[in-house]
Amino acid sequence: MSFQAWGQDDAGLMKKGEYLSRLGDCMACHSVSGKPAYSGGLAIKSDLGTIYSTNITPDKIHGIGNYSEQQFADAVRKGILPDGTRLYPAMPYPDYAKMSDEDMRALYTWFMKGVAPSDVQPPETKLSFPFSQRWGMRFWNLVFTSDKPFQPIGGASAQVNRGAYIVEGAGHCGSCHTPRGIGMQEKALDSSDETFLSGGNLNGWEVPSLRGLPRWSEQEIVDYLQTGRNDKAAVGGEMTSVVEHSSSYMSAEDLQAIAAYLKFLGGNPALQRDDEGARQATEAKLAAGRHLSEGERLYIDNCGACHFASGKGAPGIFPQIQGATIVNAQEPGGLIHTILAGAQLPSTAKAPSELAMPGFAKRLSDEEVAQLATFVRQGWGNKAPAVTKEQVAHVRESLETKK
Amino acid sequence: MAQITKKEVDVVVCGLGWAGSLMSIELAMAGLTVRALEKGPDRSYDDFAYPKPADEYAYAVRNKVMTTPAASAVTVRYTMNDTALPTRKWGAFVPGGGVGGSGLHWTGVLIRPTPTDIKLKSYVDEAYRPGILQEDMRVRDFPFSWEEIEPWFDKFERICGQSGKTGNLRGQIQEGGDPFEGPRSNPYPLPPLEDTLNNVMFAEAAKKLGYHPFPNPSAAASRAWTNPYGNQIAPCNYCGYCSKYPCLNYSKASPQTAVMDALKRMDNFSYEVNANVLKVVLHDDKKTAKGVIYIDEQGNECFQPAKIVVLSSFQLYNVHLMLLSGIGKPYDPVTEEGVVGRNYAFLSNGGATLFFKDKHFNPFVAAGPTGQMFNDISPGNFDGPGLGFLGGAKIHSSQATGTPMSAALPKGTPSWGAGWKEGLEEWYGHSMKVSITTTCMSYRDVYLDLDPTYTNEHGQPLLRITFNWKQNELKLQQYLKGIVGNIVQELNPDSASMSFLPMDADFDLTKYVSTHNVGGAIMGDDPKTSALNKYLQCWDVHNVFVPGGNAFPQNFQANPTDTIGAITLMAAQAIKDRYLNNPGPLVQV
Repeated sequence: MSFQAWGQDDAGLMKKGEYLSRLGDCMACHSVSGKPAYSGGLAIKSDLGTIYSTNITPDKIHGIGNYSEQQFADAVRKGILPDGTRLYPAMPYPDYAKMSDEDMRALYTWFMKGVAPSDVQPPETKLSFPFSQRWGMRFWNLVFTSDKPFQPIGGASAQVNRGAYIVEGAGHCGSCHTPRGIGMQEKALDSSDETFLSGGNLNGWEVPSLRGLPRWSEQEIVDYLQTGRNDKAAVGGEMTSVVEHSSSYMSAEDLQAIAAYLKFLGGNPALQRDDEGARQATEAKLAAGRHLSEGERLYIDNCGACHFASGKGAPGIFPQIQGATIVNAQEPGGLIHTILAGAQLPSTAKAPSELAMPGFAKRLSDEEVAQLATFVRQGWGNKAPAVTKEQVAHVRESLETKK
Repeated sequence: MAQITKKEVDVVVCGLGWAGSLMSIELAMAGLTVRALEKGPDRSYDDFAYPKPADEYAYAVRNKVMTTPAASAVTVRYTMNDTALPTRKWGAFVPGGGVGGSGLHWTGVLIRPTPTDIKLKSYVDEAYRPGILQEDMRVRDFPFSWEEIEPWFDKFERICGQSGKTGNLRGQIQEGGDPFEGPRSNPYPLPPLEDTLNNVMFAEAAKKLGYHPFPNPSAAASRAWTNPYGNQIAPCNYCGYCSKYPCLNYSKASPQTAVMDALKRMDNFSYEVNANVLKVVLHDDKKTAKGVIYIDEQGNECFQPAKIVVLSSFQLYNVHLMLLSGIGKPYDPVTEEGVVGRNYAFLSNGGATLFFKDKHFNPFVAAGPTGQMFNDISPGNFDGPGLGFLGGAKIHSSQATGTPMSAALPKGTPSWGAGWKEGLEEWYGHSMKVSITTTCMSYRDVYLDLDPTYTNEHGQPLLRITFNWKQNELKLQQYLKGIVGNIVQELNPDSASMSFLPMDADFDLTKYVSTHNVGGAIMGDDPKTSALNKYLQCWDVHNVFVPGGNAFPQNFQANPTDTIGAITLMAAQAIKDRYLNNPGPLVQV
């Protein structure tokens, strides 16, 4: 099909394709700030080395302008380029494999016609041997990927199935929230397996399980994805960019479908009720301000301004501490990271405020952060293990090398 | 110096404080291309992330978020016969500088004037026998009715997340609110801030004396709030760093917390900082402007063409720009002809500091707008005509800050060194204030014009203020001294010090009062006596709009920000609804 052959109907296809590009969060990986959208060059650090995202603008030399629709679909769903080159699964084609032909056509139309061509040449990905041998991916694909298109869940509602199609497919939620197996593959690619979306670890952050999300209502899931915040939590870490570039652009119907699907998954044990007595005891002690432990004092001096003695924060603005996933994670990396580096909410259409938590790396020593984090993980009825200063030092080091 | 001509925009906004940010977002939401030019630097959340602003010396003493005298000096004199001298250090007032303007560092008292305040001339004509008031007084009505402006107060208060207690809901007086309040179409969006001990004591004493205290209406939100633009304002944590500080907690409504994040998302809005607008350029017939000239950060002279020019800088600088650009005839205090520069007014404060050995006020639990006030002594609510003066005050007790350098100490305590430290240790937390914020009338020979002697770095004359206290305002001070004295007696402190202007007082430029400077380019019904019509549109140059405190014909006892927000929003709506379809004067005379 040539450009000229595209007619009026493409407006609808383009729009759909643009929306799908948001569902798939193509922007987050294939753009770097200051460079044209989709011109690639984002450095994705993996344990095997640094992988650079490619130029996916319709430029014929540097981008994908010469791809036929089939070639485009093969790249997105199978990880195979027109010249036979195999992509690394940093590109989540094992998830995209679930996308329908119809959606591929819309996406192709958008990338060819809606995106401005750019002649930016991103750096080449050079992994060390043996991972530099891209042909090896053929076997990886044979073992770990599936050509099977999306399978609707029998007996589930249309809404749940729409959610499943997004989450398992374009949304590629599993690439972070499903544990990885021996070949670094996602252990499961759909709801038929209980490990699917059951949580994992990413750059030292314990990634929460999304199965059932017992602490949140469906509306709170929708709010979180739409605005990066809800009455209990605020987005942090890698998920910030997902909200900023992808989920905040999703329609309310699709977000509700995602929430319905996650609730449908179930699988997390029902929560114990929050220990209100313990919460009040911590609040009373902090408010009285006498005989405080080092951690309690550090909390009052550094955190209480926003999260308050109650630990309740403010609905939609400052996250709650009692029961919070990041606070209670077995591995404290995410919490330590947030205390040291702070966090910034993305500006989204429905919630434009770029509320930020400042980082305390310059203000607090490793020992102090450990004391503070330990208190936070054990105050208000939280019951997570203590944090050591070695753990803090480790995270601090990783922050410094990032710079 | 390169000369650069920028791409034409629909609207150029000069000054990105409250007025500029509100105009920008309202006009950008109507689809216009809007470009804002801000003389000072950008001021983003990073600049005031916790705990950076908790630094009394940097912010309250060294004026960290204010414009500098070097960039924005004015000259000041008492009378038309004096030679004015330039401000080399801010004192009585401190204009903000940079994005957010004075709306970033304000105290956050968000209160409306009363219906009488906005129709003061009508009240005078009705209540005062001729000859009672000073002959040279020149008060005027605002050119709109209460019903006309009320929805815009309401809208601005929802933008800010106003906290307080409703006093008059659609004509029904509400217990605990201000019974003198004009009818509100809606209750306060949020409940009042919590009271501190001094507030409770003050309110009890005031009630006993027959007054009607109510919680300070506040722009430091008492609860989490999402405003009509989708911006989020956090609940106040009573840290006490409000006046002269940016809020470290997203709690005090400011252009940053209430407007900018939504505005910045709009593709048809852009802004440039360190962009110093020198002049509005008029077409040859002087009936319309074609844009503005500014100096950019690199020192280039830039011309920004625009179909609409909004002057939304601080009151003084709006008037200055009009004078420098030849918009409207300059005011002549001898002939009383001309409109730009007339009806300048400032205001006075004062009050009592009460010391109690056995009371612990815990002043570190504070918010600028926390407190209780009463409005019984404002025009129309007491016998001003019988007392021979016009005006009044809100009388209040606030616990605005617990910062040590500003802590009150009993008379005789050394003001520095070891003695000061000892005094601070002994008395910190043992004092409270009863304060007044007064009206200030406008007069024939109190005005703004271009200084004949001093120029700025661009060779332009500085703005000159001619201002001193008049008998009317000093009589008011003396009357208030009596009322505050009675309250002090009722509170029965161990000791107290009083601060009121004596009848022979001159204006003291060196001691901070407030930054509620008003007038100079006022709104009105008559082009002979006002520079702007009720939509803040220049009578003479119809595509120039001038929102700000400059539009007030005199000063009322209520803090000005609520009114600045309301008149700006009303003007923005008139531009959207009427001016765009049919550019020309919006009011015919």
